[in-house]
Amino acid sequence: MLDHVLYLAQQSINALQQGSIYALIALGYTMVYGVLTMINFAHGDLFMLGAFACMLLASVLTPVLVVFPPLLSFIVILLLVMIIIGVLGASIERVAYRPLRNAPRVSAIITALGCGLLIQSLTLVIFPYSKSMPKLFTNTTFELFEMPHPDAAGASVTLTITALQIVIICVSLILMVALDFLIRKTRYGMAMRAISFDSRTVPLMGIPVDRIISTTFLIGAGLGGAAGMLYGLAYPVIAPSMGILVGWKAFIAAVVGGIGSIRGAVLGGFLLGAVEVLAVVMFDSSYRDLISYSLLLLILIFKPYGLLGQAPNQKV
Amino acid sequence: MSAFLSQIARNRWILPTLVVTGFAVSILSHYQPIFSGYTQIILITIGINIILCVSLNLVNGYMGEFSVGHAGFMSLGAYTSAVFTTKWTPDIPMLFPVAVIFGGVMAAIIGLLLALLSFKTRGDYLAIITLAFLMIVKSSWENISYVGGPAGLLGVDKYTTLPWTFFWVVVTMFVIRNLVYSKFGRAIIAIREDEIAANAMGVRVREAKILAFVVSSFFGGVAGALYSHLNFINPKYFDIVKSTEILVMVYLGGISSLGGSILGAVVFTFLFYQLENMGLGYWRMVILSSLLILLMLFRPRGIMGMRELTWFLPKRELKGRRKL
Amino acid sequence: MKSILILLGSLSLAVLTGCGKSSEPSVKIGLNTELTGEMPAVGASSQNAAKLFVEQINAAGGIKVGEVTLPINLVIGDNGAKADQAAAVAQRLITKDEVVAMIGPDASVCAIPASDIAEAAKCVMISPWSTNHDTTLDPSTGKPKEYVFRACFTDTFQAQVLAKFALNNIKAKTAAVFYDSSSEAPNQQAALFKKTFENDGGQIVSFETYTTGDKDFSAQLTKIKSTNPEMIFLPAYYNDVPLIAQQARSLGITAQFVGSDAWSSPEIIKLGGAAIEGSYFCNHYSTQIATPIAQKFMADYKAKYGQEPDDVAALTYDAFGLLVEAITDGGSLDRQAIRGALAKIPKYDGITGTMQFQPGSGDPIKSAVILQIKGGEFVWVANAQP
Repeated sequence: MLDHVLYLAQQSINALQQGSIYALIALGYTMVYGVLTMINFAHGDLFMLGAFACMLLASVLTPVLVVFPPLLSFIVILLLVMIIIGVLGASIERVAYRPLRNAPRVSAIITALGCGLLIQSLTLVIFPYSKSMPKLFTNTTFELFEMPHPDAAGASVTLTITALQIVIICVSLILMVALDFLIRKTRYGMAMRAISFDSRTVPLMGIPVDRIISTTFLIGAGLGGAAGMLYGLAYPVIAPSMGILVGWKAFIAAVVGGIGSIRGAVLGGFLLGAVEVLAVVMFDSSYRDLISYSLLLLILIFKPYGLLGQAPNQKV
Repeated sequence: MSAFLSQIARNRWILPTLVVTGFAVSILSHYQPIFSGYTQIILITIGINIILCVSLNLVNGYMGEFSVGHAGFMSLGAYTSAVFTTKWTPDIPMLFPVAVIFGGVMAAIIGLLLALLSFKTRGDYLAIITLAFLMIVKSSWENISYVGGPAGLLGVDKYTTLPWTFFWVVVTMFVIRNLVYSKFGRAIIAIREDEIAANAMGVRVREAKILAFVVSSFFGGVAGALYSHLNFINPKYFDIVKSTEILVMVYLGGISSLGGSILGAVVFTFLFYQLENMGLGYWRMVILSSLLILLMLFRPRGIMGMRELTWFLPKRELKGRRKL
Repeated sequence: MKSILILLGSLSLAVLTGCGKSSEPSVKIGLNTELTGEMPAVGASSQNAAKLFVEQINAAGGIKVGEVTLPINLVIGDNGAKADQAAAVAQRLITKDEVVAMIGPDASVCAIPASDIAEAAKCVMISPWSTNHDTTLDPSTGKPKEYVFRACFTDTFQAQVLAKFALNNIKAKTAAVFYDSSSEAPNQQAALFKKTFENDGGQIVSFETYTTGDKDFSAQLTKIKSTNPEMIFLPAYYNDVPLIAQQARSLGITAQFVGSDAWSSPEIIKLGGAAIEGSYFCNHYSTQIATPIAQKFMADYKAKYGQEPDDVAALTYDAFGLLVEAITDGGSLDRQAIRGALAKIPKYDGITGTMQFQPGSGDPIKSAVILQIKGGEFVWVANAQP
């Protein structure tokens, strides 16, 4: 009996880790959608670049950072990655999306797809092979609990958590809390919320719309880049194609949670992580995708605007 | 020069003549080696892409929705028609058109189901539903060993020929063009412009939406059926990347323009194969995506925008025009 | 309107320039390989070996076809490790470029559709690396294809070798299998291993799957861990194995890892590190027990490319060797003659061992080797005869 509890606890830790990463990516989608009502399909590829940026930074900065404790160098690289990818995201907005602000919405979406594809193919040209992520700190495994195995003599059932898992979950939570604070308690946040509420009146109030939008992209892309770096550390074989699938999945998570809602994105991300792990626990692992997506589809059919989303007011 | 072009555009006999010539050439090519095997494959692929493009344009362009699940309908048509010809009626080439229709019908049934389920959702939420649907269909094929599971379906006879492809392209164009310029077509466009206003004006929104989805998925299935009898199929092929390709073709050519869809399909397929031939490796996608971005920045509505090829316009639309 | 005309004009120009490449008489051989996509290392190896071979033959004057000696003209196509692209490339090589024979593809997911095309067009195809038995079998009749051959052993043989090794050498009585259910080769290999292992008295305690592109295997690995197997069979490609192994070890799984020939790329050591140390896998040849022919090939390859050749390179080189022998024996460039001569080669001494095709089959009788990853290198452990 206890071994079943341990098994579920282990799977819960896995779900938390997966969920945090999905949530971070989903936040990026939701923020951009909130201010521009646009799905930034290049987001998944910015996520992928976060992992590659971390790899490049680590190899360049190792001689400098070796003197510092590993945790400090991790934080330094994380901040650098977030800034670099954030600036990249804001530049894409400036170059590719801003000219299309008055064009039909779908053109902006297709441009986003094109940008994402361009990023991915350029990365493929430079890195045609899968690359190995560097180890930023020793990933010690902590044994939380141990008991003898009921069926096999001499073996034991353990509940483990790795340092990396702790770091991922903590960093994600910190970033989410920081974002929530930003949105609710600062003036920038208030401006962002205002734009997502009614974008036409906002410039009349003296708010620099373009600047706010650029900042939104900066933060959203930065979060995506951070997620990419954490993901790359967790699964140390990175390839330029890793952004597509994870990107689309996180997008579904953001929508299921209610697109435009920060809390919805977090909820959606953790829900997706939990559902994926649960599907493997309860059924054959080959049915995982089938079950996860059917469940998400069901949620959307019964709650067409997502769990925490609101039906937009439509004027005729 | 432009007067001459204008004359050609107004001539109502050009389109039927082109169709008949096309048929003649394609049937001839079946018996005489006018085109090499490779060129035939390219032409058939262009034909299949035209059908995919035009059918998706109905929902994405004319109705203004954002469906990313079209590869799912393609896969439904592909698999069901392949099972029909391989397992249920093996070795009867005469039944190929029946198989194609069967594939289309099966896709349409699922399209109907999807339309009914997602009636309340709008805009981007609908996109997610179609995306989830696509993933579910793909995962289902991988788990059903009757259709080969992840290995795909082996041993499907290669029934798709140039004449058949041309035939189905013509059928698709005929049906969708007539639909678009009919009462239902106007209803669909009204829904795109403003759904609530249309409803208030007495447009039967529910019926129009369902019709659009069903017709679109039927022809998506037809394209899939043609594909499965041309090339090896496995679940991995019908994924989000394929859906994105079809999407790009539609927006490249021009939303709500049938001529645009044809153009988009031709240009995209052609570029795709020609760039591969040039042995560029990964640079191919760099070039394609850059072209796409440039195109969207300079012509956001696609190459043809929302203009239509004059041959497709019904007579009554031409009456008011003096110039091309 | 004008811009559309310009666009169409430039397109037609591109078409015209693409056609009509004249050439002096040569022997056109096609290479259909995975240069981009999921396994670029495989394609690179194949391409390297092919170019080396062609260079060496052409430097010696060319192939002797009947009375004349002609140089080889290598035509390369990239199938991106995708089934539909592989078929398109096969079609292009056979009907547009009119090659006398096609070498490749290497991955089974590509080799199977390409083989359909080659068989229908009656063009000889030799796959260097595809071990899936469907590559040389006609799916509707179950009989072997006439024009499709391979230079390596089949999965059926590989599964037997690995199962026997697991039971007799590692002495593992319980095993778990973890494979990619959305990819053809691992599917077959997993099923065959299970069958053979259970037949010979072993017990499969866990049979879990994942999908291509997955990075997180913790849920399935936790399941496997709870059944406590002595070994885990991982028939995965070289870029999935490192992640699986690392996650398994992090979770506290101590079972022995055993792999298939898909592990054979040296990239696996770069990506895998300590987690895969000590694992065994099956392969087509070993650099450590090389015959004189193999040693010369290894030296030439290393001199030209700066790294040791892997099994894909060795098998591609052998495939080309078989083809050239068939052309020389048959004395003609006619596809049917090549096919006949190829089937009749009495004994071919290649880098990967001696090969001979059984009458009516495209599969050669060959032996396998078991290698172990030790100290960051592939170390030879044992031979396995058919």
